[in-house]
Parts: sequence; C-alpha cells; structure tokens
Amino acid sequence: MDLREFLAPAADVARRTGPQDRIVLSSRVRLARNLKGFAFPGWAKKQDRIQVYEKVAAAVAEVPTLSGCFCESLDKLSALDKQLLVERHLISREHAARSGGSGVVLNRQETLCLMINEEDHLRMQSLRPGLQLRQAWAEIDALDTELEAHLPYAFSPELGYLTACPTNVGTGIRVSAMLHLPGLVLSEQINAIVQSVNKLGLAVRGLYGEGTEALGNVFQVSNQMTLGESEQTLLEKLDKVLRQIIEFEENARATLIEKNPKMVYNHIGRAYGILANAHIIASKEAMNMLSLMRLGVDLGMFPGVDRSLTDELFLLIQPAHLQLLHQEKLQAEERDIIRADLIRSRLRSVSRPGPPLPAGGSTE
Amino acid sequence: MKCCVCKEREATVHLTQIVGDKVQKLDLCEECARNKGINDPTGFALADLLLGMSGSPQEEGTAKAGELRCPQCGFTQAEFKKLGRFGCPECYQTFSEGLEELLKTMHKGTRHVGKVPAAYRGVEDMKKRLERLQQELARAVRDENFERAAVLRDEIKHLQARLAAPGER
Ligand SMILES: [Zn+2]
Ligand SMILES: [Zn+2]
Repeated sequence: MDLREFLAPAADVARRTGPQDRIVLSSRVRLARNLKGFAFPGWAKKQDRIQVYEKVAAAVAEVPTLSGCFCESLDKLSALDKQLLVERHLISREHAARSGGSGVVLNRQETLCLMINEEDHLRMQSLRPGLQLRQAWAEIDALDTELEAHLPYAFSPELGYLTACPTNVGTGIRVSAMLHLPGLVLSEQINAIVQSVNKLGLAVRGLYGEGTEALGNVFQVSNQMTLGESEQTLLEKLDKVLRQIIEFEENARATLIEKNPKMVYNHIGRAYGILANAHIIASKEAMNMLSLMRLGVDLGMFPGVDRSLTDELFLLIQPAHLQLLHQEKLQAEERDIIRADLIRSRLRSVSRPGPPLPAGGSTE
Repeated sequence: MKCCVCKEREATVHLTQIVGDKVQKLDLCEECARNKGINDPTGFALADLLLGMSGSPQEEGTAKAGELRCPQCGFTQAEFKKLGRFGCPECYQTFSEGLEELLKTMHKGTRHVGKVPAAYRGVEDMKKRLERLQQELARAVRDENFERAAVLRDEIKHLQARLAAPGER
C-alpha cells in the first residue's frame, strides 16, 4: 500500500473541525502496552522485535476496528514517508528513525495510529480535532479491549501495564492536547501559566514534544503520572485544566484588544506583510508568522478567510510536505524559496488585515 | 555553566521541572543529552532521578560481581541505572527492591488503579475473595469454629493454587 495515497490531503486535514478548535488544535490519548515474555524493544534482539511485530500485525488484521487500515513495517517506508508521518504528528521522531522490526498502523480516518516497537511493543493513540479527550479515550479504550483478546499483555495486578520505562507503568496512558496560545504569549503570561500547570503534575512541551521551543505558539499539555490514578480521574483533571487554559487565553486576547489594540494590530499586520511578500522564508519564521495570522483570523481581522487556510499552510510548509510537491530533491535553501512562493500564492486572494473587531465580535 | 554529567563540556540543554513541591534542574551538554538516549525533557529529568546524580560518581562501574541480573532477559542493575528503562516485563520482579521508592518519586501512588485486562479480571476477583476468606478464617479460629475453619482452609488452598497457576487466562 502506498502511504502517500493513503494519507488524506493536507487541505482535508486542515478542514477537520472539533469543539473549541479556535484554541485546541487536537486531542490525543495514547496507551503503552507490551507483550508478556518478550524483551522491550530497546533491549530485544532484532529477531525478537520482528516476532513481536508479526504478532501485533496479525492481531491488527483480526480486529474489526482496524479493517482496511494501513499497516507496514518501517523498512518498507522511505525516509520521506516517515517524515510525513512525523509532520502530521502520527509517529514520533524517534520512531521515524527506526526500520525493520518496527511498524506503523493507521486507520482510514487517521483517528487511530499505532506504533509497533517504539519504546514499548505497542503504542496506540487516538487523535481528534479540538477538545475531545473523552471521545479519544473511548475510541482507544475500545480498540485496546479488542486487541487484548489477541495479544497477551504484560500486566501485574499491583503495577498495572508494565512498560519499558517505569515513568509509564500503571495505566500506560498519556492524555494530551495541542493548544494555540498566542494571546498568552503576547501578553507575557505564558510562563506563569506553564509553571502553574507544571505544579499540577502536568507537562507542557513544544510542537514536536521534545525540547522546550514552542514554535508557532503551539503548546502540548499532557499528564506525566500513570500509576495510582485511574484513566477517568486523569481525563477529568486534564479536561478541567484545559478548559481553564482556554479561558485564560480568551481573556488574554480580549484584554489585549481592549488595552493594546495597536500592538496586536501591528504584530498581525507585520506577520501578514512578511507572509504575503517574502521570497525566502525558513519554516520557523513561517510558523511563527502563520500563528499570528491565525490569531488575526480568530479576531475577525481577515473577513472571509477561514482558519483552514493558515492550518493547511502550517502543514504544507514543513520540509517533507514541501518535498512532496516537487520531483527533485530539495536543498534547505531551495525549500525556503519554495515555501515563500507557496505562501505568497496562497495569500494572493487575502486582503490586508482590517482593525480587530470589537470584543464580542471575536467569537463565532 | 558546565554539564552536570560529564562536568567538562558547556551545558546547552537546560531542563527544569516542577512536580508538586519538587524542583528538578538539569544542565547538560548536547552530547550527554544525546548519550542518555532520552528524548523528551520529562523522561530525561526522571531518568536522572533514577541515576541518583547526587550520589558518588564512582558508584557506577563497581559492584560488577554478584550484581542482580534478570533471569528472563539478562538485564542488570547497572544497565537500569544507565538507561532508566527495564529490559523486559519480568525485570519489574527482578528489580522489585527499591522500586517502590522510585515509583513514589514519579507517580501519584505505587499501586495500579484503572483498567484491567479481561484476562486478569478473574485474578483480581480471586484475590479479593482470598482476602475475604482469610479474614473469615481468622474469625472462625477466634470463635473456635473449627469445622468452618477447616472448610475455609480448603477453599483458601484451592484459590491459592489457582492463583499460582501460570498463564491463567
Ligand atoms: Zn556532558
Ligand atoms: Zn528482564
């Protein structure tokens, strides 16, 4: 099966909508599972990894939920294919670096994605646009229940699901949401928010998980503790915290518009200026500028422009997605030129931003 | 600032984490960060908790002989300290000593609460039943109800045998 044919076009991905998607880009629930009697992937010999891969792939073929899915060993995918999956947040960067003995499974709707032999034998995740933690949990819980009938999980009644790293033992769950928080960044409240979220035992990371840089004002909030707390309790806790962050972000935007409209107008106008006129642009700058433009769309400064315009560009300007549009292999400098060309052409029909709408007009 | 692992190269990776009232700070060089093979800052800080970086540096590398080794996968204590990960599910048994202390630093509790696979739900029930029977047995003995106690003992023995049977599904 060809991955590139299987994946939905970026335009379709950008048009997926969900509750609170003005601020919450996506919700995700991930479960870590391992098979009884096999060494964890990081310690297993290649032969054992292949055996685990085959067992999981066989189970995947059995469960109705995953019928018609894409299931492939990583040595069958090109570096570009794997990078595409990373840019769509379907697999981790670490997983993309693996090859034979590891694999990836993806359903048609791209709501379910399984990594075979990443840090654990099986990491399965459910993804949803907007704030939909409960739905994501329900979906992955059901799939996990289907799979457990075919796979003998390593489980201890005292410690729960046994994982390669003891930081994941217990429920093996990671609940997370990707948030767009330009208001909190512009009003310089973000550090205080990150700290208080940390104090609740939750982690805040940048766009791609590792490192601390929040490209494009995108932050990932997730739990860290997996033992001694049920999935339900955790989901409720996270949901509550996320709703609070959403409120803080909305308040920050409203206050900025009220107290300092020129500053906001300036940032967004300059972002538009660069995006609409640049001939060379690196992905980092492009993401930060698109984030500001997305804020402008939210604030009603680009009448008639849909959020999917910025969201699609956010995907398309990344290296593998850009490469996909071209036959010959692109060098970094060429990419920066082609990225700028792409953005300029997409913004050709977008007129200069108007003043922010008065508060109240900002919500749809 | 020097890297807190090699204490040689300049630290370029800075991590701070606050969990509850604990503040963890780590300053590492690019190379040591990579060598740990731990890719997210969370796992990173916790892995160093495992390492016990405040401990004496010569601790590592000593105690090679008679070192604990997992019978299932051959993983050793030293490897666990180095990688912060286990070799196989059985390792949780092998290295159970001190594990609870470690889990306490990472998690809300030290006992699993939440989803249980169907294959183990029977076991859970049996365990609860076993506990109840043992309480009942103690009561029967105290009340000198020896007939009842004998019946209970049989049932307990039976349950324990079933719980000990491997691969119960
Ligand atoms: Zn170092
Ligand atoms: Zn082991």
